[in-house]
Amino acid sequence: MAAPMTNDQSWFYALALGVSFLKCLLINAYHSTDFEVHRNWLALTHSLPAAQWYYEATSEWTLDYPPLFAWFEYGLSHIASFFDKEMLVVQNLNYASPATILFQRLSVIVADVVFFYAVKECCKCLREDKGKYLLGKPSFILTVLLLWNFGLIIVDHIHFQYNGFLFGVLLLSIARHFQNRHFEGALLFSILLNLKHIYLYIAPAYGIYLLRCFCFTQSNADGSLQWRSFSVVRLVTLGTIVLSTFSVSFGPFIALGQLPQVLSRLFPFKRGLCHAYWAPNIWALYNIADKAFSILGVKFKLLDINKLPKASMTGGLVQEFQHSVLPSVSPLATLVCTVLSILPALFRIWHRPNGARGFLRCLVICALGSFMFGWHVHEKAILMAILPLSLLAVESREDARIFLILSITGHYSLFPLLFTTQELPIKILLLLLFTIFSLTSLKTLFRKGGALLNPLEATYLLGLIPLELICEFVYPLTVWQKTFPFLPLMLTSVYCALGVTYAFIRLYISLLTCSDSTKKIKTQ
Amino acid sequence: MENWSLFSLCVLLGLTSRWAVSFHSYSGAGKPPMFGDYEAQRHWQEVTYNLPVHEWYFNTTNNDLNYWGLDYPPLTAYHSLVCAYVAKLLNPEWVELHASRGYESHSHKLFMRATVLFTDILIYIPAVLLYCFYFCDGFSKQKVATALCILLYPGLILIDYGHFQYNSVSLGLALWGILGLGLGWDLFGSLAFTLALNYKQMELYHSLPFFCYLLGKCIKQGLIGRGFFQLAKISLTVLVTFALCWMPFLSDPKQPLQVLHRLFPFGRGLFEDKVANTWCSLNVLIKIKTLLSRETQLFLSFALTLLFILPSSLKLLSKPNLWQFKLALVNSSLAFFLFSFQVHEKSILLAAFMLPLLVKDGLLLPYVVTSLAFLFLSLYLLSALERSTEEELRLGIYRKLTRHWLPKLNLSRIIKWKFWFSLVAMAALSFTSVWLEPPAKFPDLFPVLVSILSFLHFLGFIIYFNLVQLMEPQRKKSQKKTN
Repeated sequence: MAAPMTNDQSWFYALALGVSFLKCLLINAYHSTDFEVHRNWLALTHSLPAAQWYYEATSEWTLDYPPLFAWFEYGLSHIASFFDKEMLVVQNLNYASPATILFQRLSVIVADVVFFYAVKECCKCLREDKGKYLLGKPSFILTVLLLWNFGLIIVDHIHFQYNGFLFGVLLLSIARHFQNRHFEGALLFSILLNLKHIYLYIAPAYGIYLLRCFCFTQSNADGSLQWRSFSVVRLVTLGTIVLSTFSVSFGPFIALGQLPQVLSRLFPFKRGLCHAYWAPNIWALYNIADKAFSILGVKFKLLDINKLPKASMTGGLVQEFQHSVLPSVSPLATLVCTVLSILPALFRIWHRPNGARGFLRCLVICALGSFMFGWHVHEKAILMAILPLSLLAVESREDARIFLILSITGHYSLFPLLFTTQELPIKILLLLLFTIFSLTSLKTLFRKGGALLNPLEATYLLGLIPLELICEFVYPLTVWQKTFPFLPLMLTSVYCALGVTYAFIRLYISLLTCSDSTKKIKTQ
Repeated sequence: MENWSLFSLCVLLGLTSRWAVSFHSYSGAGKPPMFGDYEAQRHWQEVTYNLPVHEWYFNTTNNDLNYWGLDYPPLTAYHSLVCAYVAKLLNPEWVELHASRGYESHSHKLFMRATVLFTDILIYIPAVLLYCFYFCDGFSKQKVATALCILLYPGLILIDYGHFQYNSVSLGLALWGILGLGLGWDLFGSLAFTLALNYKQMELYHSLPFFCYLLGKCIKQGLIGRGFFQLAKISLTVLVTFALCWMPFLSDPKQPLQVLHRLFPFGRGLFEDKVANTWCSLNVLIKIKTLLSRETQLFLSFALTLLFILPSSLKLLSKPNLWQFKLALVNSSLAFFLFSFQVHEKSILLAAFMLPLLVKDGLLLPYVVTSLAFLFLSLYLLSALERSTEEELRLGIYRKLTRHWLPKLNLSRIIKWKFWFSLVAMAALSFTSVWLEPPAKFPDLFPVLVSILSFLHFLGFIIYFNLVQLMEPQRKKSQKKTN
């Protein structure tokens, strides 16, 4: 770059500052009901004693995050009182004064500082290639891919959530494992679990990895397990760290005998295999296959239209989707599928760990597997796979390929979250920004060895353009908009599900086949 | 990374910040009965759509000139007409004669903002990209950095997408004009600039440099022969363009006169509101507005404008190259801004100095964010401060002057100190304007202070740029790129 700044790291701060400015400009943008959710939590943690936090039900948005997050909101609420005391009154449902909006938005922007720090730490873990010019350095590319991640900006700063801060803790924990500071990594992950329990999805990866690579202090020359090197001390220390974190978090509630209530709030039995908008996972493909079979069945007179469940033909997004031809799917079935999908990966790192990178790959597979097969998955969960994958993408060609497909498809699938006309240019512009950057920078990084994406993949990704034009520009002007309003959403989720599934399969293949090059990496 | 991808990232960032600023309020939002510039533009769509051409600039029962009468040249009117056709397709209520006065709705705001974005993408942004690509010194990364800084320039974004105007059209057309002249396509450049002039009469600020440059070039080619033909061709282009733009108004001699009367309201005083120019600042000390008669005011402003613009124009006439041209543009517009009649603060398009206006429009947040971002970016990417050595500032002459009296003065350090001081002063004024109440005796204290501070800066700039243009010290790089 032309900037002749003497400090080598100044570009990092420039990027961080730049994205913060952008986030500030988006303060006035559309926000979803999640805004009210967090305002409600600010109010109830501020006004009520802790004993009532998980019982309070004045608003429909009850507290469904673990206690540490509740304490976080409690801390925020004290600052909130300087902005607008009215937002802290529980009865003020849907209160959204300008001061409230300003405060909440700023709290997300400021909490992102954790994310910035984590990204900086992750950059230190990369294998740098000295002497490259700035725009081609892996750490620069990774910084942009993480700090300017489209999904995070859209979900956190428009839709409204605190994912930046949470992913910061996750990435920091990963970075600590890369740096062999495993105790800190484990501590950070336990804290993360107590902030948002959705990260349970990737807990198996942590468990197996720590057990295998940390508790067994040595491996044999060929990478297999050396049973005798088991260290009880390490296991016990890890256990203490985890348990003490959980006891700090849940302890007060256990003491009050509220544990069943807390758990019932944390794990509500949600109706419906799919969210109102189908997340682009296996079940979206399953649903569409079911619909296709039922339509074909009726056409070929194999099925009686009267016997089919109501609303399965014309209805769109009912929560409880009734399958007419294929068997219905129960929560237990999804759990079994999820476990089955991540088991091979877990076996693999048990059997032949590849150090921290193997652990990261397994983590991404766990996140993606639970996204693919989980019950009532929200499309935002794709970020749990995309963000950690960025770290792998700047170091390996194959991972870069998978990252491109997964991130572009996954980010596109977030479009229905912002359905307002005003935000339409923003989401398109930001997605283009991220896509162009990731495509060109990764292509330049791995230019030796031919094109990054093969023609089929490139065509698939280009197909997103006509899809967007049809769904958001052409379709609303047709007659079907009134009768089949769900069709664009269905098209989007099915199309993206193809890409996500493909990425999942490729990721698995890359995990199961990568072997020799990693022998040199220490497992300790 | 390839150039095209870097440039497209700059454009995308520019567009994103523009649209994000458009989320905020516009001028006169929710303020009946007059509202603001947003309502003016909507009203012009209403007028041009519903009334015949010969009534646009006249005061009739259907067209009340006191309520945001048209006061821009015909091209703006045609542009409003086109927008009105689109508006009619989307929602006829938006341009209903009389009934749509003060119409405000979310979808209408989206439509209006979209029209600004559309013209921006069509006219201004390509001009900026081409300019940076062809006429910026330095490596490609430096060109990209310049493009980014220009595209993120807060003044234009805040006025066009916040307050609400269409400056990107006139500025973009003028930039096409500059591009044309730079590439040696004089006819195209003249055409583009004439169109810009016919869009907003404010472009007169730039007209003298264009004239002097082209005239100087023709003279250099020899007034007998090629130069004369060139001059004839350029004049013909300009005249034909004017004729085409004003065609509907040429049927009746009263028409063009009335249009001119609307464009140049000498009936209004020397200045309105708080503008960072000489007259407003002088008025604080000497009440010239009331002291001198209107004729004297006109004469004085004309004389001073001429005085300040003459040296730069003559120099350009004698040495018509691109670098002189660019400097002359700056000098000319500064001179006009500082000394001419009935100037509006928007004419300067420098964000920091339009603070009171922006606060009135409810645009404080975008102002703070975009100004900080721009400042940070230009400092970081263009290393503005690093380059403030004497050599870079081309103030060798200054050194000669001061060496006698003040040998210890280090110019670059002075500049840096002055820069930070100005920043602190601006920040302090911004802060006090927003959060403190002015004393009862001087209710306009803060806007006036802002104007005076800005005026002093502009005065300094015009002196500096005139010095640079006239002294013309040796440039560091070879001359091959500039001419």
